[in-house]
Amino acid sequence: MNKGNVIYSINGPVVTVRNASGFSMMEMVYVGAKKLIGEVISISNEVTTIQVYEVTTGLKPGETVEGTGAPLCANLGPGILRNIFDGIERPLKDIEKASGHFIAEGSSAPSLDQEKKWDVTLKVKPSDSVSGGMVYASCPETPAVEHRCLVPPALSGTITWTAPNGEYTVQDVIAKVRDKKGVEHQLTLCQRWPIRSPRPVSRRLPISRPLITGQRVLDTLFPIAKGGTAAVPGGFGTGKTMTQHQIAKWCDADIIVYVGCGERGNEMTQVLDEFSELIDPRTQRPLTDRTVLIANTSNMPVAAREASIYTGVTLAEYYRDMGYHVAVMADSTSRWAEALREISGRLEEMPAEEGFPAYLPSRISQFYERAGYMETKCGAEGSVSIIGAVSPQGADFSEPVTQNTKRFVRCFWALDKSLAYARHYAAINWNLSYSEYLDDLAAWYNREVDPKFMDCRRQITSLLGEENKLMEIVKLIGADVLPDYQKLILEVAKVIRVGFLQQNAFHKDDTYVPMIKQFKMMEVILYLYKKAKNLVDFGVPVNFIRETGLFDSLIKIKYEVPNDHLEQFDGYFQEIDRKLEALSKPESTPAAME
Amino acid sequence: MANLQYKGLSEINGPLIALDHVSGVSYEEMVEIALEDGSRRYGRVVQIEGDKAIVQVFEGTSGMSLDNTRTRFTGRPMEIPLSPELLGRVFNGAGRPIDGMGEVYAKQYGDVNGRPLNPVSRTYPRNYINTGISTIDCMTTLIRGQKLPIFSGSGMSHNKLAVQIVRQAQITGEDNASFCVIFAAMGVTNDVADYFRRSFEESGVMSKVVMFLNLSNDPIIERILTPKCALTAAEYLAFEHGMHVLVILTDITSYCEALREFSSSKGEIPGRKGYPGYLYSDLASLYERAGIVAGRKGSVTQIPILTMPNDDITHPVPDLTGYITEGQIVLDRSLEQSGCYPPIGVLPSLSRLMKDGIGAGFTRDDHSAVSNQLFASYAKVQDARALASVIGEEELSKVDQMYMEFGRMFEKFFVSQGADENRTIEQTLDLGWKLLSLLPIEELDRVDNEILKKHYVENAAQEFQEGRS
Repeated sequence: MNKGNVIYSINGPVVTVRNASGFSMMEMVYVGAKKLIGEVISISNEVTTIQVYEVTTGLKPGETVEGTGAPLCANLGPGILRNIFDGIERPLKDIEKASGHFIAEGSSAPSLDQEKKWDVTLKVKPSDSVSGGMVYASCPETPAVEHRCLVPPALSGTITWTAPNGEYTVQDVIAKVRDKKGVEHQLTLCQRWPIRSPRPVSRRLPISRPLITGQRVLDTLFPIAKGGTAAVPGGFGTGKTMTQHQIAKWCDADIIVYVGCGERGNEMTQVLDEFSELIDPRTQRPLTDRTVLIANTSNMPVAAREASIYTGVTLAEYYRDMGYHVAVMADSTSRWAEALREISGRLEEMPAEEGFPAYLPSRISQFYERAGYMETKCGAEGSVSIIGAVSPQGADFSEPVTQNTKRFVRCFWALDKSLAYARHYAAINWNLSYSEYLDDLAAWYNREVDPKFMDCRRQITSLLGEENKLMEIVKLIGADVLPDYQKLILEVAKVIRVGFLQQNAFHKDDTYVPMIKQFKMMEVILYLYKKAKNLVDFGVPVNFIRETGLFDSLIKIKYEVPNDHLEQFDGYFQEIDRKLEALSKPESTPAAME
Repeated sequence: MANLQYKGLSEINGPLIALDHVSGVSYEEMVEIALEDGSRRYGRVVQIEGDKAIVQVFEGTSGMSLDNTRTRFTGRPMEIPLSPELLGRVFNGAGRPIDGMGEVYAKQYGDVNGRPLNPVSRTYPRNYINTGISTIDCMTTLIRGQKLPIFSGSGMSHNKLAVQIVRQAQITGEDNASFCVIFAAMGVTNDVADYFRRSFEESGVMSKVVMFLNLSNDPIIERILTPKCALTAAEYLAFEHGMHVLVILTDITSYCEALREFSSSKGEIPGRKGYPGYLYSDLASLYERAGIVAGRKGSVTQIPILTMPNDDITHPVPDLTGYITEGQIVLDRSLEQSGCYPPIGVLPSLSRLMKDGIGAGFTRDDHSAVSNQLFASYAKVQDARALASVIGEEELSKVDQMYMEFGRMFEKFFVSQGADENRTIEQTLDLGWKLLSLLPIEELDRVDNEILKKHYVENAAQEFQEGRS
């Protein structure tokens, strides 16, 4: 007595169907009378298992499960930017209109605005031959970003018909293509792509350019490349989200995809509020014009949280294929891993470490490997950079998600609780963090910023390393017993820590610092160190140098020198010369001469 | 169908019962179980497999056997009656009145599971709540619509602190009339529940309090429902009646233990320390119910209290809580032992929403400067103390000795205050500046020169030092 495919059992977000027919793996399905969205995750002779992306309360055995014949797909087309979606690309604003302030089960709304007309310019004409990834039309999606419609990757053939330039909705047919078999395909402004498959590219290009974030500790000490991957691990309250927000606001990518995966609702509201007020310095437009938000907050269904990461990176790849540089912020990948664990537990799979499924590392690597600097199928260059926050349990970096992430990312920005407690932000620990992109990017820094850049950076890190060693001694016996040249290292390292590494996100100049100012700041600090070291070698006590107030005035450079008045740095060099000159005169340092 | 009763059970295991050959059962619906002795118990469907349903019994399964029950499926999820008359009433953990004043006349029924609030429907909380407690107001400011837990340990004064916050928070603000408190006790002792009730009565707010009590000797499964009932009531009062609701949830650790017990009896694969893998999602479904809905007047502010087992902040319960809530207030046992009240450990405490709710227009323009500087300077005090414990205070450098002095004064005059002392925000901020003047001006590196000039007065702290001698 087969009544078609009906629900057999329900356990949280996991639903099974017995003796099902016609389902394929990863197929998207509608579950039950309310048409909840789900995905087929395992098929056996008897039982087909489905994970449901919505709350399953009220579902009954015997309700039907309907297949859609296609895997879970993202809708790609104009209208993605400025929007806020949930984990399976349902627009939250439209859902609010449909079901009110609280999200009801089974609410649905098309991902892209179906009514809005776009000002489309056709880029092809009849009898042109086209292949997958080529641009056939474009329209201004926001004043900052031009949307380029790409021929679906699998399609190639000859254009047989095009619509005139003009205003069209996403569903209007604007061109027709006849493929090699003679089948005619209609092209609209939008297309679909399965979220779990990477979109194809021509080839991967070597990494050569940094993603400039305006954050000194990142750009100078631990840079990430365009097309690179970074992980930001840290316990709660260490500023993961703050770091992600700062990068999303100021980095020099063309498009930002911000995935709030299992995080706080208020944080997403804050991003919405802040980004619409902030002006992008490069385009003079609100930041929302280049941003798409994916919000699957911690109280929204767990299976959709698992999908949100893939949805985000698929949108990013789509814009990359247009030739843009895209940065994906995933906050936080630990919540995504926990969603995997939760579903794996419901499937009664054999757990590996700490209850996480054994396929955790392969899933993490599949995700990060979708980043890269690519030559797209239309011949342009584009990149996807992924910056994933990791929330280790108990701030313990040895747990599986952090450890496995570390294997697949090349930048590691370790957030430190003790720095955060002292309100040293960005609380990135310079002893634990690293970036493997330094060698790839050295040429760029020396060419575009200053030939001395990498050298200065090396000196800064070695001073910090020295300080770290000296602090071991200071902790035991105090700083007073150190010889003067070591005391000087401590003083200069303090200037580096407080004046350079620490950055105030709420100060108008300090929230974003251009590369050239970062370099000048390093230069002036090192200049002071060099001059002071000469004096110390001549026997001038460090106390005398401290009393000149030079250290304190250098610490405040970040506030005192506006980003557009870098000539003021000259004054600091002169001041160092003048004040230290005075010290080197015998009469002012009688003690030293004896 | 709703009146169909099933006689007998096929299996009993801890708080779970299984029924075979049932039809038309929906996931998470409410179940009524009548026992032979006439008593009635309630449960919830937690798993369905074909024609077998597994039901979690709130009151526990003691006295039940495979054939002395009649089970009825109600066809609806767990709901509680809602009405403004909830105010002043006392309920058990499952939302049934226990104050002898009869059933609540319901205006409407609310599903206790709630529904996720659409992120675009939220209003970002900015309105600060003056608690009159210096450490909270200045350094971990509480914002209306925030969830700010108190991380405490057994035997510390978290209850006293919570009562002081309730008492002092309610007398500020323009629309004081619509302030109310929802108190959900999960697994706390009778004494603690009684302490809260007495304190609410003494400060005259009892008519504005709704209590949901699941005491430590009440059924453990009911405990899982307690916060859900409380938050359903809170959402109703806040978003339907425009009230500002402060929800106190104590003790979250007991709640999580109940969840663990339930999970293991269901045979689920455990995560860290035996807690179920979905503990994060489950806690989030509670904490995320704090907030403000765009276009509605009211707000839900949560102060969950949790006792960290063995004072371990990395234990899964405080750890996961910290990842969801917007900051935390951490109580410090060494401060408590030195007789300091409230024993708030300033450094690990944090309020994430504070940056947008303070400053000119909210509190005072120098607020963020003074609080940043206090944090930074107090962090240095810890370094100086660590050093002093090795080489002795006399051997410290002059600056480090100043930090030692600053640390003592800060704890004595800023952190410490009376249980009835209600400081205004101006008093608190001025006090902060006075204490900072114990340090030389060069040490104050977190503050703009301009603000420093305006507020730094040398020797302003002499009154404290004199008071000490």
